[in-house]
Amino acid sequence: MTDIKSKDQNPFFSLEEIDSEREVKWRETLRLFCANRPALFGFLFIIVFIFVGIFGSILVPADPFEMVAVPLTSPGVGTLFGSDYLGRDVFVGIVHGTKATMIIATTATLVTVFIGITVGALAGYYGGIIDNILMRITEFFQVLPPLVFAMVIVAVFSSDILVVILAIAVTTWTTEARLTRAEFLKIKEQDYVTASRAIGDRDRRIIARIILPNAMPPIIIAITLRVGITIIYEAALSFLGLTDPDIITWGKMIGQSRDYFFDAWWTVTFPGVAILLIVLCIALIGDGLNDALNPKLRGR
Amino acid sequence: MMQAVIQRVFLGIVLILGVIVLNFFLLQAAPGDVVDAMLAEAGGGDPELAARLRQSYGLDQPVYIQLIKYLGQVCIGDLGYSFYYDEPVATLILSHLPTTLMLTLSALILAVLFGTLFGVYAAIKPKGFFSNFVTVFSLFGYATPVFWLGMIVLLVFALYLPWFPAFGIRSIPEPDHPFDRALDIIHHLVLPTFTLAVLFLANYSRISRASMLDVLGADYIRTARTKGLSEPKVILKHALKNASLPVVTLAGLQLAQVFSGAVLVETVFSLPGVGPLLYESIVRRDFPVILGVLFGAATTTIVANIITDLVYKWMDPRIQSIT
Repeated sequence: MTDIKSKDQNPFFSLEEIDSEREVKWRETLRLFCANRPALFGFLFIIVFIFVGIFGSILVPADPFEMVAVPLTSPGVGTLFGSDYLGRDVFVGIVHGTKATMIIATTATLVTVFIGITVGALAGYYGGIIDNILMRITEFFQVLPPLVFAMVIVAVFSSDILVVILAIAVTTWTTEARLTRAEFLKIKEQDYVTASRAIGDRDRRIIARIILPNAMPPIIIAITLRVGITIIYEAALSFLGLTDPDIITWGKMIGQSRDYFFDAWWTVTFPGVAILLIVLCIALIGDGLNDALNPKLRGR
Repeated sequence: MMQAVIQRVFLGIVLILGVIVLNFFLLQAAPGDVVDAMLAEAGGGDPELAARLRQSYGLDQPVYIQLIKYLGQVCIGDLGYSFYYDEPVATLILSHLPTTLMLTLSALILAVLFGTLFGVYAAIKPKGFFSNFVTVFSLFGYATPVFWLGMIVLLVFALYLPWFPAFGIRSIPEPDHPFDRALDIIHHLVLPTFTLAVLFLANYSRISRASMLDVLGADYIRTARTKGLSEPKVILKHALKNASLPVVTLAGLQLAQVFSGAVLVETVFSLPGVGPLLYESIVRRDFPVILGVLFGAATTTIVANIITDLVYKWMDPRIQSIT
């Protein structure tokens, strides 16, 4: 027992050691992330969006569904971003829409990621027939065009907010499943996993406590990017008028102005810029995380 | 090789059968059935007539028998009947398909071609202006909703600068000469194709830039250079082929996404494709059409995936089997 520092040479080391090693890595990641200007900027901007989402209805107490101006008033003093075809204030709509957009996007992302990680982890860890079955199912879901499938689900069931969230998740989880599976396949061959199995750890513990934390870096990047994709996806469904009619979202504001936007560019431009900005910030964060978690690949 | 092809085709057939089964259960879950649709179109009817009709359509039989019948029907190309259009669903979809295919394929080809070009050019000078442009461009490509981009493009290039027509795929009245007619259709397709292509192009240029940077650092490129090959020859003959593999794979895998994008773009530009057909059928709750579109889109993707796999294998003989 001369050298037990390196886990490559000696598999018999404590779990605490891996944990502390991981902690050091995370701290390094955080430092690298904060040194990345665009990523930090994106992060701060997202905090502003979250603030607007939570306190928007207090800061701008007006009713977004109320007619406050002559229909299709151009942007100006009374209505900052103009009014839509029913005389509703576009600015008030954007502020109030932030909340719904964010809640739907985060919930749908969580459900998507949960399904994806579960399927990917089980397939990658157990391998064999389980892997085979799960991957065939994944392939099946991959050939169904996501938006078309989601439209069908909403049409068959209902445009209730829960159905919309599930429709988004059911049609997009395959990316995360494939990614998680690939990571699990790589990590399960590591010595510390064998060691953990040798001391009699049960499968559930090995999956959740040993492999998953080590598989997290690429998955975290994927989750970050997924939030952005989900925002655009939800906006597309809202644009088509397939989501709950009583909830105002940015996509719905664009969709409802479809027949009028040649006379009033502001009715579609501003809600779209809101989507563009928030997703752009998420992309910057994703890039920052990517650079911070894979310092070697910087600039790719 | 032959065995791999057979295996891949077999898997494709299993997937298609799976889509049919899914369709059947979605149709079961949908509110109302064929008889309801018929009676609604005929202006109502009494319950006795409904029951008799259900019997004659086999709707009173157990679910598994209905499923087998449905499988048989779809296999001979019968996707059901739309009472709104008064046409078989298969005919309806086939008549809307050319527009969608034209849009999807031209956008995909443009995106792959220019995406690879941009990426390769950016990778040759990784610190140059163009390289940074590709980075920023791909960020915007990721963050822009395609339907919104379509509207902005319409505002700029159809309203403020009236260079292109705003809606539809043909002028009214249509030009007489067939050549002019083709030009007219192309003129109508420029903006939608551009809208759909530009976002995927952004993504592909980033991917091909990364993969080209990888390839340019590989040993065989150094060997090619030390052999004294000219730089263009190294790039075009040795690097480009390997660097374009990930883009081709991704494009194949993303066909389902491109199709989804086409649905939105067609809706924005009012093109007579599958997109608006689906959208209007959803508004009218015309379920045979809705599920027919899902089936058609999935089948197209499956076939395209098989083709991509084979192209990939042909481009990269090192890969023996892709599952």
